Amino acid sequence: MPERSEQDELGAKVIEVIARTQRIPADSISLNSTFEELKIDSLDGINIVFELEKAFNIEIPDEGAQNLRSVSETVEGVRKLLGLKRQQQTAPSGAA
Amino acid sequence: MNRVAVTGLGLVCALGNTVADCWRRAIAGECRILQLRDPGCPPYKFQRGAEAWEFAPLEYFTEKDMVMLERFALLAAKAAREAVAQSGLSFNGELADRTAIITGSSVGGQFTEEEGYLRLYRENNPRVAPLTIPRTMSNAGASRISLEFGITGPAYTVSTACSSANHALGQAFWMVRSGQMTAAIAGGSEAVFAEGLLRAWEAMRVVSTDVCRPFSSDRRGLSLGEAGAMLVLENWDQARSRSADILGEVLGFGMSSDAHHITQPCVEGPAKAMEWALRDAHIPANKIDYINAHGTGTQANDVTETQAIRRVFGVHADTLLVSSTKSMHGHTLGAAGGVEAVLTLLALKDGIVPPTANFTAVDPACNLDVVPNEARGAPVRCALSNTFAFGGLNASLLLGRA
Repeated sequence: MPERSEQDELGAKVIEVIARTQRIPADSISLNSTFEELKIDSLDGINIVFELEKAFNIEIPDEGAQNLRSVSETVEGVRKLLGLKRQQQTAPSGAA
Repeated sequence: MNRVAVTGLGLVCALGNTVADCWRRAIAGECRILQLRDPGCPPYKFQRGAEAWEFAPLEYFTEKDMVMLERFALLAAKAAREAVAQSGLSFNGELADRTAIITGSSVGGQFTEEEGYLRLYRENNPRVAPLTIPRTMSNAGASRISLEFGITGPAYTVSTACSSANHALGQAFWMVRSGQMTAAIAGGSEAVFAEGLLRAWEAMRVVSTDVCRPFSSDRRGLSLGEAGAMLVLENWDQARSRSADILGEVLGFGMSSDAHHITQPCVEGPAKAMEWALRDAHIPANKIDYINAHGTGTQANDVTETQAIRRVFGVHADTLLVSSTKSMHGHTLGAAGGVEAVLTLLALKDGIVPPTANFTAVDPACNLDVVPNEARGAPVRCALSNTFAFGGLNASLLLGRA
Protein backbone atom coordinates (compact mmCIF):
# COMPACT_ATOMS: atom_id res chain seq x y z
CA MET A 1 0.00 0.00 0.00
CA PRO A 2 1.36 3.43 -0.84
CA GLU A 3 2.38 5.47 2.14
CA ARG A 4 0.09 8.42 2.80
CA SER A 5 1.65 11.83 2.32
CA GLU A 6 2.03 14.21 5.22
CA GLN A 7 -0.52 16.44 3.52
CA ASP A 8 -3.10 13.61 3.38
CA GLU A 9 -2.56 12.82 7.01
CA LEU A 10 -3.02 16.43 7.99
CA GLY A 11 -6.25 16.59 6.01
CA ALA A 12 -7.51 13.39 7.59
CA LYS A 13 -6.72 14.65 11.10
CA VAL A 14 -8.48 17.99 10.50
CA ILE A 15 -11.50 16.13 9.15
CA GLU A 16 -11.45 13.87 12.19
CA VAL A 17 -11.50 16.93 14.51
CA ILE A 18 -14.35 18.53 12.57
CA ALA A 19 -16.33 15.28 12.64
CA ARG A 20 -15.82 14.87 16.37
CA THR A 21 -16.75 18.44 17.34
CA GLN A 22 -19.74 18.53 14.99
CA ARG A 23 -20.92 15.03 15.87
CA ILE A 24 -21.10 14.07 12.19
CA PRO A 25 -19.55 11.04 10.43
CA ALA A 26 -16.04 11.70 9.11
CA ASP A 27 -16.94 10.12 5.78
CA SER A 28 -19.53 12.85 5.22
CA ILE A 29 -16.69 15.39 5.11
CA SER A 30 -14.27 15.84 2.24
CA LEU A 31 -11.47 18.29 1.60
CA ASN A 32 -13.77 20.01 -0.86
CA SER A 33 -16.61 20.52 1.64
CA THR A 34 -17.56 24.06 2.51
CA PHE A 35 -18.67 24.90 6.04
CA GLU A 36 -21.98 25.99 4.60
CA GLU A 37 -22.56 22.53 3.11
CA LEU A 38 -21.66 20.97 6.45
CA LYS A 39 -24.01 23.42 8.25
CA ILE A 40 -21.09 24.75 10.28
CA ASP A 41 -21.75 28.31 11.42
CA SER A 42 -19.40 30.80 13.09
CA LEU A 43 -20.08 29.49 16.60
CA ASP A 44 -19.35 25.90 15.47
CA GLY A 45 -16.21 27.34 13.89
CA ILE A 46 -15.00 28.63 17.25
CA ASN A 47 -15.50 25.17 18.69
CA ILE A 48 -13.59 23.52 15.85
CA VAL A 49 -10.73 26.00 16.12
CA PHE A 50 -10.51 25.36 19.87
CA GLU A 51 -10.18 21.60 19.25
CA LEU A 52 -7.68 22.12 16.41
CA GLU A 53 -5.47 24.17 18.71
CA LYS A 54 -5.45 21.27 21.16
CA ALA A 55 -4.98 18.54 18.55
CA PHE A 56 -2.04 20.25 16.80
CA ASN A 57 -0.67 22.24 19.73
CA ILE A 58 -0.91 25.50 17.82
CA GLU A 59 -2.44 28.90 18.48
CA ILE A 60 -4.91 30.15 15.88
CA PRO A 61 -5.38 33.93 15.83
CA ASP A 62 -8.93 35.31 16.21
CA GLU A 63 -8.94 36.84 12.73
CA GLY A 64 -8.03 33.53 11.12
CA ALA A 65 -10.58 31.69 13.20
CA GLN A 66 -13.39 33.98 12.10
CA ASN A 67 -12.63 33.72 8.40
CA LEU A 68 -12.68 29.96 7.91
CA ARG A 69 -15.23 28.95 5.30
CA SER A 70 -14.17 25.47 4.13
CA VAL A 71 -12.30 22.32 5.07
CA SER A 72 -9.50 23.05 2.59
CA GLU A 73 -9.00 26.55 4.05
CA THR A 74 -8.85 25.04 7.50
CA VAL A 75 -6.27 22.43 6.47
CA GLU A 76 -4.22 25.12 4.75
CA GLY A 77 -4.37 27.36 7.83
CA VAL A 78 -3.25 24.54 10.12
CA ARG A 79 -0.45 23.60 7.70
CA LYS A 80 0.87 27.17 7.72
CA LEU A 81 0.75 27.42 11.51
CA LEU A 82 2.54 24.08 11.89
CA GLY A 83 5.21 25.32 9.47
CA LEU A 84 5.65 28.50 11.50
CA LYS A 85 5.92 26.47 14.68
CA ARG A 86 8.57 24.25 13.14
CA GLN A 87 10.55 27.32 12.02
CA GLN A 88 10.39 28.81 15.50
CA GLN A 89 11.55 25.55 17.07
CA THR A 90 14.54 25.23 14.76
CA ALA A 91 15.52 28.91 14.86
CA PRO A 92 18.66 29.55 16.89
CA SER A 93 17.77 31.05 20.23
CA GLY A 94 19.31 34.26 21.51
CA ALA A 95 20.27 35.34 17.99
CA ALA A 96 19.66 38.98 18.84
CA MET B 1 -52.03 54.90 31.99
CA ASN B 2 -49.65 56.97 34.07
CA ARG B 3 -46.70 58.98 32.89
CA VAL B 4 -43.39 57.74 34.28
CA ALA B 5 -40.79 60.22 35.51
CA VAL B 6 -37.13 59.54 36.16
CA THR B 7 -36.25 61.23 39.43
CA GLY B 8 -32.94 59.62 40.34
CA LEU B 9 -29.82 58.31 38.61
CA GLY B 10 -26.93 56.29 40.00
CA LEU B 11 -23.86 55.11 38.14
CA VAL B 12 -20.51 53.57 38.94
CA CYS B 13 -18.36 52.21 36.13
CA ALA B 14 -14.97 52.69 34.50
CA LEU B 15 -15.92 56.31 33.87
CA GLY B 16 -16.17 57.08 37.59
CA ASN B 17 -17.91 56.57 40.90
CA THR B 18 -20.76 59.03 40.44
CA VAL B 19 -23.14 60.11 37.69
CA ALA B 20 -21.42 63.51 37.53
CA ASP B 21 -17.95 62.02 37.10
CA CYS B 22 -19.14 59.52 34.51
CA TRP B 23 -20.96 62.17 32.50
CA ARG B 24 -18.00 64.55 32.55
CA ARG B 25 -15.74 61.86 31.14
CA ALA B 26 -18.36 60.56 28.69
CA ILE B 27 -18.86 63.93 27.04
CA ALA B 28 -15.11 64.45 26.99
CA GLY B 29 -14.92 61.25 24.92
CA GLU B 30 -12.53 59.68 27.39
CA CYS B 31 -11.88 55.98 26.78
CA ARG B 32 -11.53 54.22 30.11
CA ILE B 33 -10.76 50.83 28.60
CA LEU B 34 -7.28 50.55 30.03
CA GLN B 35 -4.53 48.04 30.69
CA LEU B 36 -5.90 45.44 33.10
CA ARG B 37 -4.28 45.04 36.48
CA ASP B 38 -1.91 42.08 36.68
CA PRO B 39 -4.30 39.15 37.00
CA GLY B 40 -1.67 36.91 38.63
CA CYS B 41 -2.35 34.18 36.07
CA PRO B 42 -1.13 33.41 32.55
CA PRO B 43 -1.93 36.43 30.38
CA TYR B 44 -5.19 36.69 28.48
CA LYS B 45 -5.21 37.33 24.73
CA PHE B 46 -6.69 40.72 25.56
CA GLN B 47 -4.86 43.08 27.91
CA ARG B 48 -7.49 45.77 28.30
CA GLY B 49 -10.75 46.12 30.12
CA ALA B 50 -13.00 48.69 31.76
CA GLU B 51 -12.95 47.94 35.45
CA ALA B 52 -14.72 50.34 37.81
CA TRP B 53 -11.22 51.68 38.43
CA GLU B 54 -12.05 54.12 41.21
CA PHE B 55 -14.58 51.99 43.10
CA ALA B 56 -13.12 51.14 46.50
CA PRO B 57 -16.02 49.41 48.28
CA LEU B 58 -14.80 50.28 51.77
CA GLU B 59 -15.43 53.94 51.04
CA TYR B 60 -19.13 53.09 50.87
CA PHE B 61 -19.61 49.86 52.79
CA THR B 62 -18.52 48.37 56.11
CA GLU B 63 -16.25 45.35 56.52
CA LYS B 64 -19.33 43.51 57.74
CA ASP B 65 -21.20 44.37 54.52
CA MET B 66 -18.31 42.94 52.55
CA VAL B 67 -18.75 39.56 54.24
CA MET B 68 -22.22 39.21 52.75
CA LEU B 69 -21.93 41.09 49.47
CA GLU B 70 -19.67 40.49 46.54
CA ARG B 71 -18.60 43.03 43.97
CA PHE B 72 -21.60 42.95 41.62
CA ALA B 73 -24.00 43.43 44.56
CA LEU B 74 -21.90 46.26 45.98
CA LEU B 75 -21.96 47.99 42.59
CA ALA B 76 -25.76 47.64 42.49
CA ALA B 77 -26.19 49.00 46.01
CA LYS B 78 -23.80 51.90 45.45
CA ALA B 79 -25.65 52.97 42.31
CA ALA B 80 -29.04 52.62 44.02
CA ARG B 81 -27.85 54.81 46.90
CA GLU B 82 -26.90 57.62 44.55
CA ALA B 83 -30.16 57.32 42.61
CA VAL B 84 -32.36 57.27 45.71
CA ALA B 85 -30.50 60.20 47.27
CA GLN B 86 -31.07 62.26 44.15
CA SER B 87 -34.76 61.35 44.02
CA GLY B 88 -35.24 62.53 47.60
CA LEU B 89 -37.62 59.62 48.19
CA SER B 90 -37.94 57.95 51.55
CA PHE B 91 -39.80 54.71 51.63
CA ASN B 92 -42.21 55.11 54.52
CA GLY B 93 -45.71 53.78 54.85
CA GLU B 94 -47.48 52.74 51.70
CA LEU B 95 -44.67 53.76 49.34
CA ALA B 96 -42.48 50.97 50.76
CA ASP B 97 -45.05 48.43 49.53
CA ARG B 98 -45.65 50.26 46.26
CA THR B 99 -42.02 50.44 45.16
CA ALA B 100 -40.51 47.71 43.00
CA ILE B 101 -36.84 46.78 42.73
CA ILE B 102 -35.86 45.10 39.47
CA THR B 103 -32.20 44.51 38.78
CA GLY B 104 -30.38 42.89 35.89
CA SER B 105 -27.31 40.70 36.14
CA SER B 106 -25.95 38.25 33.64
CA VAL B 107 -23.71 36.14 35.87
CA GLY B 108 -24.18 37.18 39.52
CA GLY B 109 -21.44 36.56 42.05
CA GLN B 110 -18.78 35.07 39.87
CA PHE B 111 -15.78 35.66 42.18
CA THR B 112 -17.34 33.73 45.05
CA GLU B 113 -18.36 30.91 42.75
CA GLU B 114 -14.83 30.60 41.40
CA GLU B 115 -13.34 30.69 44.90
CA GLY B 116 -15.60 27.77 45.78
CA TYR B 117 -14.42 25.74 42.79
CA LEU B 118 -10.83 26.59 43.58
CA ARG B 119 -11.20 25.07 47.04
CA LEU B 120 -13.07 22.06 45.71
CA TYR B 121 -11.09 21.15 42.65
CA ARG B 122 -7.63 22.61 43.17
CA GLU B 123 -7.27 22.33 46.92
CA ASN B 124 -9.39 19.21 47.27
CA ASN B 125 -11.13 20.93 50.15
CA PRO B 126 -14.82 20.03 50.34
CA ARG B 127 -15.52 22.85 52.83
CA VAL B 128 -16.98 25.55 50.58
CA ALA B 129 -17.60 28.94 52.24
CA PRO B 130 -21.00 28.95 53.97
CA LEU B 131 -22.07 32.27 52.43
CA THR B 132 -21.47 31.09 48.88
CA ILE B 133 -25.18 30.90 48.10
CA PRO B 134 -26.25 34.37 49.31
CA ARG B 135 -23.11 35.94 47.83
CA THR B 136 -23.50 34.39 44.38
CA MET B 137 -27.27 34.62 43.88
CA SER B 138 -28.05 36.98 41.01
CA ASN B 139 -30.63 38.80 43.14
CA ALA B 140 -28.09 39.69 45.87
CA GLY B 141 -28.04 43.30 44.64
CA ALA B 142 -31.85 43.61 44.56
CA SER B 143 -32.11 42.11 48.02
CA ARG B 144 -29.48 44.44 49.44
CA ILE B 145 -31.33 47.46 48.01
CA SER B 146 -34.56 46.21 49.60
CA LEU B 147 -32.86 45.75 52.98
CA GLU B 148 -31.02 49.05 52.87
CA PHE B 149 -34.06 51.18 52.12
CA GLY B 150 -36.78 49.12 53.79
CA ILE B 151 -38.55 48.64 50.46
CA THR B 152 -41.14 45.88 50.72
CA GLY B 153 -42.67 45.78 47.25
CA PRO B 154 -41.82 43.24 44.55
CA ALA B 155 -38.10 42.73 44.07
CA TYR B 156 -36.49 40.44 41.55
CA THR B 157 -33.67 40.03 39.08
CA VAL B 158 -33.73 39.52 35.37
CA SER B 159 -30.94 37.50 33.76
CA THR B 160 -30.98 37.82 30.00
CA ALA B 161 -27.28 38.26 29.25
CA CYS B 162 -26.57 41.68 27.74
CA SER B 163 -30.23 42.73 27.80
CA SER B 164 -30.70 42.07 31.55
CA ALA B 165 -30.77 45.69 32.73
CA ASN B 166 -32.86 46.92 29.80
CA HIS B 167 -35.41 44.17 30.44
CA ALA B 168 -35.40 45.15 34.13
CA LEU B 169 -35.99 48.81 33.27
CA GLY B 170 -38.74 47.96 30.80
CA GLN B 171 -40.59 45.83 33.32
CA ALA B 172 -40.26 48.51 35.99
CA PHE B 173 -41.50 51.15 33.54
CA TRP B 174 -44.59 49.12 32.65
CA MET B 175 -45.36 48.49 36.35
CA VAL B 176 -45.29 52.19 37.16
CA ARG B 177 -47.10 53.19 33.98
CA SER B 178 -49.94 50.74 34.66
CA GLY B 179 -50.34 52.02 38.20
CA GLN B 180 -49.40 48.69 39.79
CA MET B 181 -46.46 50.49 41.38
CA THR B 182 -45.86 54.08 42.45
CA ALA B 183 -42.09 53.91 42.06
CA ALA B 184 -39.33 51.54 41.07
CA ILE B 185 -35.59 51.24 41.38
CA ALA B 186 -34.32 49.48 38.29
CA GLY B 187 -31.10 48.92 36.39
CA GLY B 188 -28.30 46.40 36.57
CA SER B 189 -24.87 45.50 37.80
CA GLU B 190 -22.07 43.23 36.71
CA ALA B 191 -18.55 42.39 37.88
CA VAL B 192 -16.83 40.38 35.17
CA PHE B 193 -13.13 40.42 35.99
CA ALA B 194 -12.97 36.92 37.45
CA GLU B 195 -10.51 34.58 35.79
CA GLY B 196 -12.91 31.79 34.87
CA LEU B 197 -15.32 34.20 33.23
CA LEU B 198 -12.56 36.05 31.38
CA ARG B 199 -11.23 32.73 30.07
CA ALA B 200 -14.71 31.90 28.79
CA TRP B 201 -14.93 35.24 26.98
CA GLU B 202 -11.43 34.72 25.61
CA ALA B 203 -12.46 31.36 24.19
CA MET B 204 -15.43 32.96 22.40
CA ARG B 205 -13.00 35.14 20.44
CA VAL B 206 -15.13 38.26 20.54
CA VAL B 207 -13.00 40.36 22.91
CA SER B 208 -10.83 42.95 21.20
CA THR B 209 -7.08 42.77 21.72
CA ASP B 210 -7.23 46.50 21.04
CA VAL B 211 -9.70 48.96 22.57
CA CYS B 212 -13.34 48.70 21.48
CA ARG B 213 -13.96 50.71 18.27
CA PRO B 214 -17.68 50.51 17.50
CA PHE B 215 -18.74 51.15 13.89
CA SER B 216 -15.10 51.77 12.88
CA SER B 217 -13.81 49.71 9.94
CA ASP B 218 -10.88 48.44 12.01
CA ARG B 219 -13.02 47.25 14.94
CA ARG B 220 -11.85 43.98 16.43
CA GLY B 221 -14.44 43.13 19.04
CA LEU B 222 -15.84 44.21 22.37
CA SER B 223 -14.13 45.29 25.56
CA LEU B 224 -15.48 43.97 28.84
CA GLY B 225 -16.52 46.37 31.59
CA GLU B 226 -18.01 46.33 35.07
CA ALA B 227 -20.68 48.65 36.40
CA GLY B 228 -23.60 49.33 38.66
CA ALA B 229 -26.36 51.54 37.24
CA MET B 230 -29.78 52.30 38.72
CA LEU B 231 -32.65 54.64 37.89
CA VAL B 232 -35.52 55.73 40.12
CA LEU B 233 -38.74 55.64 38.11
CA GLU B 234 -41.73 57.35 39.65
CA ASN B 235 -45.36 58.06 38.94
CA TRP B 236 -45.29 61.43 37.20
CA ASP B 237 -48.11 62.99 39.23
CA GLN B 238 -46.57 61.92 42.50
CA ALA B 239 -43.20 63.33 41.46
CA ARG B 240 -44.89 66.62 40.52
CA SER B 241 -46.92 66.78 43.70
CA ARG B 242 -43.83 66.45 45.86
CA SER B 243 -41.97 68.97 43.67
CA ALA B 244 -39.29 66.45 42.78
CA ASP B 245 -36.70 67.36 40.18
CA ILE B 246 -37.87 65.40 37.13
CA LEU B 247 -34.81 64.46 35.07
CA GLY B 248 -36.60 62.87 32.15
CA GLU B 249 -39.39 60.54 31.17
CA VAL B 250 -39.63 56.90 30.15
CA LEU B 251 -41.96 56.87 27.15
CA GLY B 252 -41.87 53.37 25.78
CA PHE B 253 -40.29 49.95 25.79
CA GLY B 254 -40.04 47.22 23.19
CA MET B 255 -38.60 43.75 23.18
CA SER B 256 -38.31 40.82 20.81
CA SER B 257 -36.44 37.60 20.28
CA ASP B 258 -34.66 36.65 17.08
CA ALA B 259 -35.50 32.94 16.84
CA HIS B 260 -32.50 32.93 14.51
CA HIS B 261 -29.27 31.80 16.18
CA ILE B 262 -27.93 31.50 19.71
CA THR B 263 -25.16 34.08 19.18
CA GLN B 264 -25.30 35.43 15.61
CA PRO B 265 -27.31 38.64 15.44
CA CYS B 266 -29.88 39.35 12.74
CA VAL B 267 -31.65 42.46 11.49
CA GLU B 268 -35.29 41.57 12.11
CA GLY B 269 -35.19 41.06 15.89
CA PRO B 270 -33.46 44.32 16.81
CA ALA B 271 -35.65 46.20 14.30
CA LYS B 272 -38.76 44.76 15.93
CA ALA B 273 -37.62 45.78 19.42
CA MET B 274 -37.17 49.38 18.26
CA GLU B 275 -40.51 49.33 16.40
CA TRP B 276 -42.34 48.00 19.45
CA ALA B 277 -40.76 50.70 21.63
CA LEU B 278 -42.02 53.38 19.21
CA ARG B 279 -45.48 51.82 19.14
CA ASP B 280 -45.53 51.44 22.91
CA ALA B 281 -44.79 55.15 23.24
CA HIS B 282 -47.15 56.19 20.40
CA ILE B 283 -44.29 58.22 18.98
CA PRO B 284 -43.44 58.54 15.27
CA ALA B 285 -39.96 57.42 14.26
CA ASN B 286 -38.97 60.91 13.12
CA LYS B 287 -39.23 62.25 16.69
CA ILE B 288 -36.22 60.16 17.73
CA ASP B 289 -33.08 62.27 17.59
CA TYR B 290 -30.54 59.97 19.22
CA ILE B 291 -29.91 56.26 19.63
CA ASN B 292 -27.51 54.94 22.23
CA ALA B 293 -26.61 51.87 20.18
CA HIS B 294 -25.86 48.41 21.43
CA GLY B 295 -22.67 49.02 19.38
CA THR B 296 -20.46 46.31 20.81
CA GLY B 297 -17.65 46.76 18.31
CA THR B 298 -17.93 43.22 16.94
CA GLN B 299 -18.00 42.83 13.17
CA ALA B 300 -21.45 41.29 13.18
CA ASN B 301 -23.33 43.47 15.68
CA ASP B 302 -22.43 46.83 14.25
CA VAL B 303 -23.45 45.89 10.71
CA THR B 304 -26.77 44.30 11.66
CA GLU B 305 -27.61 47.13 14.07
CA THR B 306 -26.97 49.67 11.30
CA GLN B 307 -29.27 47.72 8.99
CA ALA B 308 -31.94 47.43 11.69
CA ILE B 309 -31.82 51.19 12.33
CA ARG B 310 -32.11 51.86 8.57
CA ARG B 311 -35.04 49.47 8.33
CA VAL B 312 -36.95 51.17 11.17
CA PHE B 313 -36.10 54.79 10.42
CA GLY B 314 -35.81 54.86 6.62
CA VAL B 315 -34.49 58.22 5.37
CA HIS B 316 -34.64 59.62 8.93
CA ALA B 317 -31.69 57.31 9.73
CA ASP B 318 -29.48 59.85 7.95
CA THR B 319 -30.41 62.62 10.39
CA LEU B 320 -30.24 60.48 13.54
CA LEU B 321 -27.28 60.66 15.87
CA VAL B 322 -26.15 57.17 16.88
CA SER B 323 -23.34 56.55 19.32
CA SER B 324 -21.92 53.65 21.26
CA THR B 325 -20.71 54.72 24.68
CA LYS B 326 -19.31 51.18 25.12
CA SER B 327 -16.26 52.69 23.43
CA MET B 328 -15.59 54.42 26.78
CA HIS B 329 -17.09 52.27 29.58
CA GLY B 330 -16.83 48.90 27.88
CA HIS B 331 -19.53 46.28 27.52
CA THR B 332 -20.92 45.89 31.00
CA LEU B 333 -23.10 42.91 29.99
CA GLY B 334 -26.03 42.61 32.40
CA ALA B 335 -25.56 46.24 33.48
CA ALA B 336 -25.31 47.66 29.94
CA GLY B 337 -28.93 48.78 29.63
CA GLY B 338 -28.65 50.61 32.95
CA VAL B 339 -25.39 52.41 32.19
CA GLU B 340 -26.62 53.43 28.77
CA ALA B 341 -30.06 54.55 30.00
CA VAL B 342 -28.34 56.89 32.48
CA LEU B 343 -26.11 58.37 29.77
CA THR B 344 -29.02 58.63 27.31
CA LEU B 345 -31.12 60.46 29.87
CA LEU B 346 -28.31 62.93 30.48
CA ALA B 347 -27.98 63.47 26.72
CA LEU B 348 -31.67 64.43 26.65
CA LYS B 349 -31.41 66.60 29.74
CA ASP B 350 -28.25 68.50 28.78
CA GLY B 351 -28.65 68.48 24.99
CA ILE B 352 -25.24 66.86 24.49
CA VAL B 353 -24.76 63.55 22.72
CA PRO B 354 -21.81 61.50 24.02
CA PRO B 355 -19.53 60.29 21.24
CA THR B 356 -18.39 56.95 19.88
CA ALA B 357 -14.77 57.10 21.06
CA ASN B 358 -11.78 55.35 19.43
CA PHE B 359 -13.29 55.86 15.99
CA THR B 360 -10.67 55.80 13.25
CA ALA B 361 -12.21 54.99 9.86
CA VAL B 362 -15.65 54.76 8.28
CA ASP B 363 -17.03 51.32 7.53
CA PRO B 364 -19.40 51.64 4.55
CA ALA B 365 -21.55 48.93 6.17
CA CYS B 366 -22.04 51.15 9.24
CA ASN B 367 -22.83 54.38 7.43
CA LEU B 368 -24.68 56.28 10.17
CA ASP B 369 -23.68 59.49 11.93
CA VAL B 370 -21.98 57.73 14.84
CA VAL B 371 -20.80 60.97 16.49
CA PRO B 372 -17.14 60.01 16.14
CA ASN B 373 -14.80 60.91 18.98
CA GLU B 374 -16.32 64.26 19.98
CA ALA B 375 -19.55 64.93 21.83
CA ARG B 376 -22.13 66.88 19.87
CA GLY B 377 -24.42 69.61 21.18
CA ALA B 378 -27.91 68.77 19.86
CA PRO B 379 -31.42 69.34 21.13
CA VAL B 380 -32.49 65.75 21.70
CA ARG B 381 -36.26 65.34 22.12
CA CYS B 382 -36.51 61.58 22.33
CA ALA B 383 -33.93 58.81 22.32
CA LEU B 384 -33.69 55.03 22.20
CA SER B 385 -31.29 52.90 24.20
CA ASN B 386 -30.69 49.49 22.59
CA THR B 387 -29.43 46.21 23.99
CA PHE B 388 -29.27 42.95 22.05
CA ALA B 389 -28.26 39.86 24.01
CA PHE B 390 -26.71 36.52 23.18
CA GLY B 391 -29.63 34.19 22.82
CA GLY B 392 -31.20 36.66 20.41
CA LEU B 393 -33.00 38.75 23.05
CA ASN B 394 -33.51 42.39 22.14
CA ALA B 395 -34.71 45.34 24.20
CA SER B 396 -35.11 48.99 23.36
CA LEU B 397 -36.02 51.68 25.87
CA LEU B 398 -37.49 54.98 24.70
CA LEU B 399 -36.68 58.02 26.81
CA GLY B 400 -37.82 61.62 26.56
CA ARG B 401 -36.91 65.03 27.93
CA ALA B 402 -38.66 66.17 31.10
